[in-house]
Amino acid sequence: MINLTINGESITAPEGATILEVARMAGIEIPTLCHHPDLSNVGACRMCVVSVQGARALQTACTTPAADGMVVDTMSEDAVETRKFVLEMLLTDHPNECMTCEVNGDCELQDLVYDYGVKWPEHNGQRHQWEINPDPNPFIFIDRNKCILCSRCIRACNEIQNRDVWNFAYRGFQTKLVAGADQFMLDAGCESCGQCVAYCPVGALYDKMSIGLGRVNQITKVRTTCSYCGVGCNFDLNVRDGRIIRVTSAADAPVNGMALCVKGRYGYDYVHHPDRLTRPLVRAKWLGREAVEERIAAGEWAIFDEAKQRLTHRRPPNDAQTPIPNTQYPNTQYPNTQDLNTQLPPDTFIATDWDTALDVVANKFAETKKKFGGDAFALLASAKCTNEENFIFNKFTRQMLATHSIDHCARL
Amino acid sequence: MSVHASPSLTFESPEQGPDSQRRCVAVCMGTGCSSSESALVRERLREALVEQGLDAEVEVRRTGCFGFCEQGPITVVYPEEVFYTRVKPRDAQKIVEEHIVGGRPVEKLLYKDPLREQPVQKWHEIGFYGKQKRILLGNCGVIDPENIDHYIAKAGYQALEKCLTQLEPTDVIEEVTKSGLRGRGGGGFPTGVKWGLARKTPRWPKYVICNADEGDPGAFMDRSLLEGDPHSVIEGMIIAAYAIGAEYGYIYVRAEYPLAVRRLRIALEQARERGFLGENIFNSGFSFDLQIKEGAGAFVCGEETALMNSIMGERGQPWPRPPYPAVSGLWDQPSNVNNVKSYAYAPAIIRNGADWFKQIGTPKSPGTAVFALTGMVNRTGLIEVPMGITLREIIFDIGGGIPHGKQFKAVQTGGPLGGCLPEEYLDVPIDFDSLQAAGSVMGSGGMVIADESTCMVEFARFFLKFACEESCGKCPPCRIGSLRMLEILTRITEGEGRLEDLDELKRLSKGLQRGSLCGLGQLAPSPVLSVLRHFEDEFRAHIVDKACPARKCKALITYEVVAELCTGCMVCGRNCAANAITGEKLQPHVIDPELCERCGLCYEVCNFDAIVIKSPR
Repeated sequence: MINLTINGESITAPEGATILEVARMAGIEIPTLCHHPDLSNVGACRMCVVSVQGARALQTACTTPAADGMVVDTMSEDAVETRKFVLEMLLTDHPNECMTCEVNGDCELQDLVYDYGVKWPEHNGQRHQWEINPDPNPFIFIDRNKCILCSRCIRACNEIQNRDVWNFAYRGFQTKLVAGADQFMLDAGCESCGQCVAYCPVGALYDKMSIGLGRVNQITKVRTTCSYCGVGCNFDLNVRDGRIIRVTSAADAPVNGMALCVKGRYGYDYVHHPDRLTRPLVRAKWLGREAVEERIAAGEWAIFDEAKQRLTHRRPPNDAQTPIPNTQYPNTQYPNTQDLNTQLPPDTFIATDWDTALDVVANKFAETKKKFGGDAFALLASAKCTNEENFIFNKFTRQMLATHSIDHCARL
Repeated sequence: MSVHASPSLTFESPEQGPDSQRRCVAVCMGTGCSSSESALVRERLREALVEQGLDAEVEVRRTGCFGFCEQGPITVVYPEEVFYTRVKPRDAQKIVEEHIVGGRPVEKLLYKDPLREQPVQKWHEIGFYGKQKRILLGNCGVIDPENIDHYIAKAGYQALEKCLTQLEPTDVIEEVTKSGLRGRGGGGFPTGVKWGLARKTPRWPKYVICNADEGDPGAFMDRSLLEGDPHSVIEGMIIAAYAIGAEYGYIYVRAEYPLAVRRLRIALEQARERGFLGENIFNSGFSFDLQIKEGAGAFVCGEETALMNSIMGERGQPWPRPPYPAVSGLWDQPSNVNNVKSYAYAPAIIRNGADWFKQIGTPKSPGTAVFALTGMVNRTGLIEVPMGITLREIIFDIGGGIPHGKQFKAVQTGGPLGGCLPEEYLDVPIDFDSLQAAGSVMGSGGMVIADESTCMVEFARFFLKFACEESCGKCPPCRIGSLRMLEILTRITEGEGRLEDLDELKRLSKGLQRGSLCGLGQLAPSPVLSVLRHFEDEFRAHIVDKACPARKCKALITYEVVAELCTGCMVCGRNCAANAITGEKLQPHVIDPELCERCGLCYEVCNFDAIVIKSPR
């Protein structure tokens, strides 16, 4: 343990910690932009400069190791003036569009400019005029005019995702955040995990699907567990008016922290998709005639379209007169209540309740086992299952169905 | 057991040493002279000697840079040390026939000093060399840099042998510390102390790195040393490695120095062959090897942490210190980074002792300083002078004063991150502390002289533009702040300046100095501040009077014809690309200021001095 003084307060700290870490442990706030606790420290943004007694110049708190006997002043005139200068310089090359910016109210630069009372610098000099949204990546939006070159995206991509897509190119004022060798992101090996977006302190990187759908003060965050695989990542659904508009990382997520994959971060569009199945479907031939008639009358049915490899849209209940496009069986009569005597197309599915559907499955299992024996089955477990579910699945396969043909789709 | 041959400091045959032949014609094969066909001169000399049947008797030797590059290609005939300048390939015959055979130096090739009537015959009688003291450059122009035997004959690798066989690493550090050697990259940090710090860190492997990323515009000290005497640098690095306990090293050299890279490669190969590099050097159990890492020409890579990033294959951007390289450098291991010249001093210090070194120069800055003298001065080139010499001695004795009888105005030291000093500082002795006290810095050795025709605002703008373009872009003060300063300076030179710009420049400078991550940003405002301090009136002339006192800033000058002097010869009109000059034959001409592009061509071609440049003041 070492002892040092920060802002006149004497503090005991573990050896090897930086001044910033020690200060934050003691509840002393030092502003940062390029620092993030998940990432390595680079000392680029100069916001965390502090005065250290005896040092030749201001030191960046994020990179300077705290030492025994050190006397630190985080709010010295030099440090505060430097922070103001840095913020002013950043603003001289930043668009003045907080009014329309996606991250208004959720922007580290905006907060610091406010806290330090920096005024908008008018000048006739050069400002970057990069093309907005120049990359065809379907998920990630880029506005380099807002980029403050903090390199958090670069480090997140490199250190957390190990993809190393981002880097800086060119020098001086021309320095530019680029993917690969100034290519499109996907050509540079991007997997669209959106980690770069999660770590961007400003609005330079944003989620393309969420543009214009709501800002931080308009949404409610709902913590949830990802439904895609068994890892169990947590994240926040950003909900506005009952609709999910965005997924944001939750730093306190116990399994994954800020990290998410492309499915977890961007694969939420199914939730409000009109094609989404909300009830079990059973082939018409496994149900009794009465049930089929009733459901078809209610419009709750669908046909599997082999060409499209999906269930073609069933007739919407409130739009019973719209003819169903029938590409697969051009000569088949459309099923309707009058016409149930004719043969239904073999892939007609009827929406039903879980009990009915599970009964159908159980009966078919029993029937098949009786007729052909257990080895007629082969089972594939889903990676979405938890360990406990997989255990039950295993028991069910070997004991109930009596087969060893079990595998797992561990490909997610 | 060593796979290498045991090192040998004796020649295999006496013919291989630099003094082995009675006579020798040395041809400079540095970058400067090579670019004006010195290789062909050498070839022709050989042919001429063969013709005379003297090729066995007289050696034609390739050497490194003599420093007097503006007079190149340079050829020196030993042992008389007759110094020939601007030698063309066709002059080779004459040198051989008249001098080597006939014994009469070729007068037309001797250096004609603009300050003296008689041509100067001998090397050391030339004013340019008069006050120089060549320790680092002692072998440049004497030995063949591609022949290790030449270096060995000049006591080369003796210091290494002494270190490895007689001295403990701590003794080496003590000796270098005692010598008072200060880092020649510009910072002036005591080299011995630096080595001691790297030695103290108890982690291995450790690295020795030579910073040969010389990026100052117009400076070529390190290049010349690497081209002329590469082994001295290599020997210095091996000594440093032994002192700190490193097993591997890197020479980070600019790829724009192809000749230096080639000479280094050859030198490394030869040093390995002789067993100076490799395993178990001098049977001491100490092993060391090093490799060349070519840089892609970023000025900021001369900053040690950016340099190490570049070696590691990362973008050349600095990282904040502490931790210093001595604690955590290349691949987070303890590393020692020194300038080319700092390493090259080490063998001489070990060989001759710290006391010998200390008696050269000043007590606080012992040794010599190497400068690339350039700009508005009669004799330009590479010079090595003892510390403590005054600026006046360098500019007026070595440099021969200002050409065309013009007035001296300022001298910029320390390259684009240094400062300029006006006439009243000419008697400041050159050493790390005095220059700093005067408001400039020692730097790594650039020295640019400005005369009365130099616009100091433009002078400051030029250096700031360089720093601005070479900023790595990592930290906002340097990346954006330097551009904001440049925009103001540009505005002023274009006549759009405002008086409050002066305070704004000072404010921005302070922001850069305080806030920037590395030396590049912290020192980028220095040229501007020093010009502001010493030549504020020129700034005010640009801003208030919209005048450029040196008549250089295009927006603030007009070209006019003096009717009384104009003969109407029409030369100016024919040369004007903008068709801005009109007039009848034999009648005074007129320049239309609207069309005139201020290229200055008419001014140059007028044979009657009838064109003048005017600025409001």
